[in-house]
Amino acid sequence: MRTETAPRIELPRVIQPRVRTRDRAAIVRRIALYAALVVMALPFAVPTIWMIASSFKPLSEIFASPPTIFTDSPTLDGYREAFDFQPFARQYFNSVYIAVLVTMITMFVSSLAGYAFARIKFPGQNLLFLVVLIGLLVPSEVTIVPLFQMFKDLGMINTHWPLILVTSLAAPCVLATFIMRQFFIALPGELEEAARLDGLGQVGIWWRIFLPLAKPALSAVAILTFLASWNLYLEPTVYITSPDLFTLPQALTRYTDAYGGEMWNTQLAAATMTVAPVLAVFLIAQKQFVEGLAHSGLKG
Amino acid sequence: MTTRSGARGASVDAPLGAPARTKRFWTLSRRDALTGYLFIAPQLLGVLVFVIFPVGLAIYYSLNDWNVFTGDLDFVGGENYAQLLDDPQLPKVLAATAIFSIGVVVLNIALGLGLAVMLNRKFRGVTFFRTLFFSPVVVSVVAWTLVWGFLLQDNGGINGVLEQVGIPGPNWLQSGDTAMVAVVITQVVRSVGVNMVLFLSALQGVPSELHEAARIDGASNRKIFTRITLPLISPTLLLTAIITIVGALQAFAQIAVLTKGGPELSTTVLVYYVFQQAFSFNDIGYGSTLALMLLTFVMILTVLQWQLRRKWVFYED
Repeated sequence: MRTETAPRIELPRVIQPRVRTRDRAAIVRRIALYAALVVMALPFAVPTIWMIASSFKPLSEIFASPPTIFTDSPTLDGYREAFDFQPFARQYFNSVYIAVLVTMITMFVSSLAGYAFARIKFPGQNLLFLVVLIGLLVPSEVTIVPLFQMFKDLGMINTHWPLILVTSLAAPCVLATFIMRQFFIALPGELEEAARLDGLGQVGIWWRIFLPLAKPALSAVAILTFLASWNLYLEPTVYITSPDLFTLPQALTRYTDAYGGEMWNTQLAAATMTVAPVLAVFLIAQKQFVEGLAHSGLKG
Repeated sequence: MTTRSGARGASVDAPLGAPARTKRFWTLSRRDALTGYLFIAPQLLGVLVFVIFPVGLAIYYSLNDWNVFTGDLDFVGGENYAQLLDDPQLPKVLAATAIFSIGVVVLNIALGLGLAVMLNRKFRGVTFFRTLFFSPVVVSVVAWTLVWGFLLQDNGGINGVLEQVGIPGPNWLQSGDTAMVAVVITQVVRSVGVNMVLFLSALQGVPSELHEAARIDGASNRKIFTRITLPLISPTLLLTAIITIVGALQAFAQIAVLTKGGPELSTTVLVYYVFQQAFSFNDIGYGSTLALMLLTFVMILTVLQWQLRRKWVFYED
């Protein structure tokens, strides 16, 4: 959509005289657009900026009135305390390795299943696909109590197994399978006919022809799965009890002093450390993030 | 679902010139079918073991009373379901769930669409603003909620700013009137970026010739939007509505971190209530019953939207 001036008949571009028609109304409209966007952006940008800026403040200044964004006396106390009060480095490692593992398993499992549902013919295909889709429909809160009991029977409470297994094979993986299927279904059929003539079997076709083509879909899957695992909160809260095994979201809520009061500077420092790497990757690769999501087959 | 051409599979093995052994069991199509089953096996097993079987268990638990201390299950039939009707807290919980979900969905769709329309033109800085509005999506829910909790405190940043302009801010999270507003806004601002991106990609799929033609016919901008743009992006509207409402029904971290369901029960949504009953009060039978009620809501909503799509969703073909 372009900004319009007075209602006038649009001539085809070639004939339209190239005269600058930027009259006052258009400029005013542009300024209004920027003003509206800046005001609307405040609740989106300020909390993150505030979090990062306040993590360097001494505790006394966090509640300063009038509120400040930047401090004159920056300190790393919050960062030091984040590691003193909890095994934060360990918790960080837990989150990273679980998210990476889950992402890799999901990419593998979902690309296999997505390929089979899209390109291989087998009896019962549609029914089985519907069964898999149920995984998207059932909220994780519905299954958390029975899953807790199952993992308890298997002796897996207070281990990372439930976080890895459920995330990489249940709902987030079903979404990934759906995205992969949508992507594979849109590819032309000549691809595997040619591959067959070259003597490739299904495994070869999947691995050598389709996976290399599926990079956009796979990166969307990787992003969504990594974020899902990185942000998981209910599951760790239910399954994990020892601080050594905590993941980051769980750890963030445990920075309280002996009286149960929140240690805000420490909490904000820990939150900043949790958010910073993902935010940095996002800012560098934001195009892939946004396009990956938009082209993930999630379109109607 | 697209129909696949029959060319794949069985017919391909004939022209290869291999001697047609009629008795061969492992024909290409059978081998394909086996590969298909093997390929879907991990995903199918995952859903069966971690979704469908647990739902079955939840139904079983809901028919029992569970003594956590002895580990005994007592079959009580519909007693947990009867408790639903007697639970004096449940109406409040359901009201909070409805207010939260409706608030989140309405604001999310309206704001998401509004942002997408604003950012679907070319001007300097448009990518910057798209990135900015999307950025909370990648900030972890708990970190985001902690920061908002900090800003929304009685002596927090938001009231600090309000004070500067002479407005006494409420104690957002401690007052029954404002806690829900705070939770909804926190949730909407964090998640609206996803809807914005989905709407943007849908808007970019609207052919511009249609707009030009309508403009030549003298249609106003508003008419073009409601008569052409909206119908064309209605499939995306439907999809985002489903995603957002199902997501809102599952919001747990926001509540657990921001208000813990309070004050009173004003922000105790169903999901949080399930968690409390099962893991704080160890009432696994009743917790499972509530969880199944949540599942029923999600199912009804999904089926309803699926049925409604015929009424108002426009598909290009």
